[in-house]
Amino acid sequence: MALLNYERKYRIRGGTLVGGDLFDFWVGPFYVGFFGVTTAFFAALGTALIFFGASQGDTWNPWLISINPPDVSYGLALAPMMEGGLWQIITFCAIGAFGSWILREVEISRKLGMGYHVPVAFSFAVLAYVTLVVIRPVLMGAWGHGFPYGIMSHLDWVSNTGYMYGNFHYNPAHMVAITFFFTTTLALAMHGGLVLSATNPGKGKEVKTPEHENAFFRDFIGYSIGTLGIHRLGLFLALSAAFWSAVCIVISGPFYDGSWITWWDGWKNLPIWHLGDV
Amino acid sequence: MADYQNIFTQIQVRGHVDHGVPLGPDNDDRFQITTFSHLFGRLGDAQVGPVYLGWTGIASLICGFFAIEIIGLNMMASVNWNPIEFVGTLPWLTLNPPGPEHGLNFFVPLAEGGWWLLAGFFLTASILLWWVRSYRRAIALGLGTHICWAFAAAIWLYLVCGFIRPVMMGSWSEAVPFGIFTHLDWTNNFSLMYGNLFYNPFHMLSIVFLYGSALLFAMHGATILAVGRYGGEREIEQIYDRGTASERAALFWRWTMGFNASMESIHRWAWWFAILCPITGGIGILLTGTVVDNWFLWGLDNGFASF
Repeated sequence: MALLNYERKYRIRGGTLVGGDLFDFWVGPFYVGFFGVTTAFFAALGTALIFFGASQGDTWNPWLISINPPDVSYGLALAPMMEGGLWQIITFCAIGAFGSWILREVEISRKLGMGYHVPVAFSFAVLAYVTLVVIRPVLMGAWGHGFPYGIMSHLDWVSNTGYMYGNFHYNPAHMVAITFFFTTTLALAMHGGLVLSATNPGKGKEVKTPEHENAFFRDFIGYSIGTLGIHRLGLFLALSAAFWSAVCIVISGPFYDGSWITWWDGWKNLPIWHLGDV
Repeated sequence: MADYQNIFTQIQVRGHVDHGVPLGPDNDDRFQITTFSHLFGRLGDAQVGPVYLGWTGIASLICGFFAIEIIGLNMMASVNWNPIEFVGTLPWLTLNPPGPEHGLNFFVPLAEGGWWLLAGFFLTASILLWWVRSYRRAIALGLGTHICWAFAAAIWLYLVCGFIRPVMMGSWSEAVPFGIFTHLDWTNNFSLMYGNLFYNPFHMLSIVFLYGSALLFAMHGATILAVGRYGGEREIEQIYDRGTASERAALFWRWTMGFNASMESIHRWAWWFAILCPITGGIGILLTGTVVDNWFLWGLDNGFASF
């Protein structure tokens, strides 16, 4: 049995949102629940359709397999199966699986008497995905604006979509998102490093305390956010990265159609810089 | 249903200033400027300061000041010392490296990139002194040096972009300019010039670790906050004396995805993901133009690109 030595006392009934006790059981280490069943259904169907789509394509090279969205000419209609219909069903399955996964996390949180931070956090990642394949395509009037499901093909999509708006580095929301990604990684390195440095001070030395952790960061940069605060900060930074990523793509197309390079002319032309002009 | 969710500190308890673990005899005194910030206290510790300066700290700050002054004054000169135009065009202003005609010459006329070399020298000196400081402060408190080596990974990427790769290419002109839009242009042109950086496998890895770091911090931060009511943020204590916070946190992930870290190992995952982002990124940039001229064509040769 895949039980940790302390696990049995936590495996108790209750906490479900749907289905009462019917699905309240485990398979190996996995908790099932009603949403485990729906996750498995959507994930299995979506994965099978990806394999089916690959089998109808011209390559089994995993880098090059691609399930493409319908042509833009189909607008928001359902497309024939081999012309983007597969992509539409797979997208539906993905959202069903991700949504089920969120609710499954809620059930597990309730079962363990934990807060809902993890499902809320995961919702931001799902929001970013839904923005790319539903919200933005709907706002632009065609499923064809979604990204293709393939390793290299989705990278090509990112590259091409970026250059359609001049230079995506000039997109202010993209700047904010990247800054949050870099800052998250910096903070993660500092947090991981700090805990490891206190608990692994070297052979023969005594393990250190949170007072040492605070002293280190105050000595080093003048401020220590503390053991609780760093997790709030890290969560905030990571969720902001996902949120602003969604913003930077949803404004490109639906709300701004030109080049992000020339968008900054607006800043250059602000009246305040030209008060002294003759 | 209306449970308390650990998001902000609702009531701040304020005691005396924590002056920090005493330092050994070989250290200077701490710089005792301390204050409390209510806003900081909402999220984490309210106390700001004290800080340890020491000679590496002071030297680092002076070098950093020189670097920023050189960059700022050059930008100011480029707009004819007009302060309004400086602010209005700041995102476009830049201090560029020497042109390709100067190769790797150290003695370039100031106006043709000499200032860039000087700014780069002082910025690098500042960063390296700050690294020494990170090491000495950790040792002084009897801590491990994990943060120093993570910092070194970031410095590796910085040195690859501004020093190692330009030296290998034989020209300072390959380096990154000091400027908001110009460093973004450099990044963009770097990708275009070498056949789309998305086809560079080390760039792929670097992005995986960048996104992976955000994923890990979201998972870890959220998990610890979710078990905050069991004292989950007392991580050191939980590592050596596992309590119900660690057990619930571990079981959450075991039941969700069939696998869990431990209170200690999650910090090893975190540290490795974070440092591998700049390490792999630096390798990817160093190989570009030196070993591989066009990543798309390289991808065609290696069977992962197609027309």
